[in-house]
Amino acid sequence: MSMISSFAAKFKNNAIKLTADLGHRAKIRTALRSYEKARNGTAAQYQDWQAARTGASAIKWEAINHLDAYLIEFVDKLTARGTKVFWASNGQEACDYVVALAKEKGARSIVKSKSMTSEEIHLNEALGQGGYKVVESDLGEYIVQLREEAPYHLVFPAMHLTRHEISDLFQEKLHTPPTESPEELTMIARRELRMKYLQADIGISGANFGVAETGMISITENEGNARLTTALPKVHVALMGIEKVIPKLADLALFLPMLATAGTGQEITCYNSLIGGPRQPDEPDGPEEFHLILLDNHRTELLADAEQRDALHCIRCGACLNVCPIFRNVGGHTYATTYQGPIGSVITPHLRGLMDWKHLSYASSLCGACTETCPVKIDLHHHLLQNRRNAVAKHPDPAERLAFRAFAFLTRFPGLLNRLARLSRPFVPLANAARSILPPPVKGWVASRDLPPIAAKSFRDYWRTR
Amino acid sequence: MNSGRREDILGRIREALRVPAPHSHAGQAGAPAPVGRGQPKAWLPAVPPDTEGRLALFQKNCAQLRTELHLVTDVEEAAKILVNLRDAHHWTAAAAHHHSLLDPVVKFLGLETLFAEHRLDPKSLEKCSVGITACDALIAQTGSILLTTRSAGGRALSVLPPHHVVVAQADQLVPDLPAAFDLLYATYGTNYPSFATFITGPSRTGDIERILVLGAHGPRNLTVILIR
Repeated sequence: MSMISSFAAKFKNNAIKLTADLGHRAKIRTALRSYEKARNGTAAQYQDWQAARTGASAIKWEAINHLDAYLIEFVDKLTARGTKVFWASNGQEACDYVVALAKEKGARSIVKSKSMTSEEIHLNEALGQGGYKVVESDLGEYIVQLREEAPYHLVFPAMHLTRHEISDLFQEKLHTPPTESPEELTMIARRELRMKYLQADIGISGANFGVAETGMISITENEGNARLTTALPKVHVALMGIEKVIPKLADLALFLPMLATAGTGQEITCYNSLIGGPRQPDEPDGPEEFHLILLDNHRTELLADAEQRDALHCIRCGACLNVCPIFRNVGGHTYATTYQGPIGSVITPHLRGLMDWKHLSYASSLCGACTETCPVKIDLHHHLLQNRRNAVAKHPDPAERLAFRAFAFLTRFPGLLNRLARLSRPFVPLANAARSILPPPVKGWVASRDLPPIAAKSFRDYWRTR
Repeated sequence: MNSGRREDILGRIREALRVPAPHSHAGQAGAPAPVGRGQPKAWLPAVPPDTEGRLALFQKNCAQLRTELHLVTDVEEAAKILVNLRDAHHWTAAAAHHHSLLDPVVKFLGLETLFAEHRLDPKSLEKCSVGITACDALIAQTGSILLTTRSAGGRALSVLPPHHVVVAQADQLVPDLPAAFDLLYATYGTNYPSFATFITGPSRTGDIERILVLGAHGPRNLTVILIR
């Protein structure tokens, strides 16, 4: 009896479709090749990139393993300067809070900068249902929002689209003339969004880090949309997972450049902003109110799994997606998760249920490229194995168990194994020929592989006659 | 004030942390070695030890980032650069804040100038061609500018107008990011402004086919006038 969730079936179908789509693969390969070149060049400029990884991992270990203390310090510092902090157990509570706030403020227009956490809790949909329209201000996010689809990649949301597709999209939705130039396309979005920042009553952002020592959030970006979103509207709401807290302000001297290097290959991104409260009395501008929502949403369940706790070290740089052979072939949308690639495959079963998402643990060649590239040294590919093990322990597959028992039994009697192998030799080509009519799970195995021929003479035979 | 599920979440965290985590998959127990404040300096990209070397590195980074850098000897020369920029870019209105470095320079501009004082209205600022600010530090290692609401006239002045001009002094150039954070600690101590940002080059995006485009939402032009 094999348990295949509808999510697994969908993943499989889309993976097959996209793996055969050579145009799609070429697009992703080109984009990631330029990333890889930039990343390798930048990492090589570090005096010691490996020591930096070890250091970053140690800082995250300290923060995550004393999370209660650092969160309290963080929140106390923030509230002391007028920030309103709301602790949300799940996405529903966080969404309800923002919708209620929009209502209280009589908001007519909301602008938002990139936040994967808001994707995780479907904040835009919740606000939409409440009658509030949210405009995404990050260019890539703006593009996928116009297409009414999810971000393709947690750092490069629109990497699956060509300039032609984006030009067509703008023509259809914004009635702008067609153009081949990425620059002109960017300027169209700039013009469209310019007034939105000024009109918006509420600006929503994410947070890349939360600094406990000084009570600040840190936002990393390139475009300036997050700066405008957090500077102009009267109310700023930031949404942050509880795992984003770090102990010291000076820790950012390491994290800001490492996030950029691993994420895009830049030495540091264009804007790295620290926000520690609403406008202070001596300041000429800034929001009158700053609300920070701290989100659990199953993170404490992952925290309780000591073996995989380091998955909470993730700084969402996307490097593991970029190097993953599976991601490169099946693409970001196939995962159907907020967080794609290896990190998504590790944490989604914790965030959304092991039995529905365990198939992602197999979306890996276990090559370990993800673990090797991770700037905070998360043991990604071993966690995929642990998820496989945990899924089997939770729901053992009797057929699979029988097969492995039989195999274990046979290996204890080599003479018998040898004889069986000899007997099954003629059936191998038959099985390969008849692959389409074989029953599962054999069918699944031979569908894309040939059963290897069994040698005429076994190793034992050779050994005997050497 | 409704703070939500604070005690629930903290309770779950404490419960979860009762089982200690290994610090590597090899199963090593206990905490990894802590990171000392000075350590990252030895891991990040190297910075020349001398002032001239740092200035050269800052120049090189600016060129790569497409930050326009002008080295000048005094305030008069800085004013001249600003006037040239005004003509070259056809500025019609400027925005700035009062600051000992800016006041003697901005007065030569001869443009209607909006000053960020007690309040700065975003709608008026949006009509300005340029935002002129001071800063807290320049960072040689990355070619960055560090500024805060206090040093640079608030949050919007340096990001809303299409051109951002920074006027700085040579002694504001610090070697690297750890030094910039040391400076933040030393300058603001327990009374931080509500906003600080590291600006590294003009606004940019690579969201369309990973091709670099400048001026995504923030300033398309970034100019640093450095008085030596």
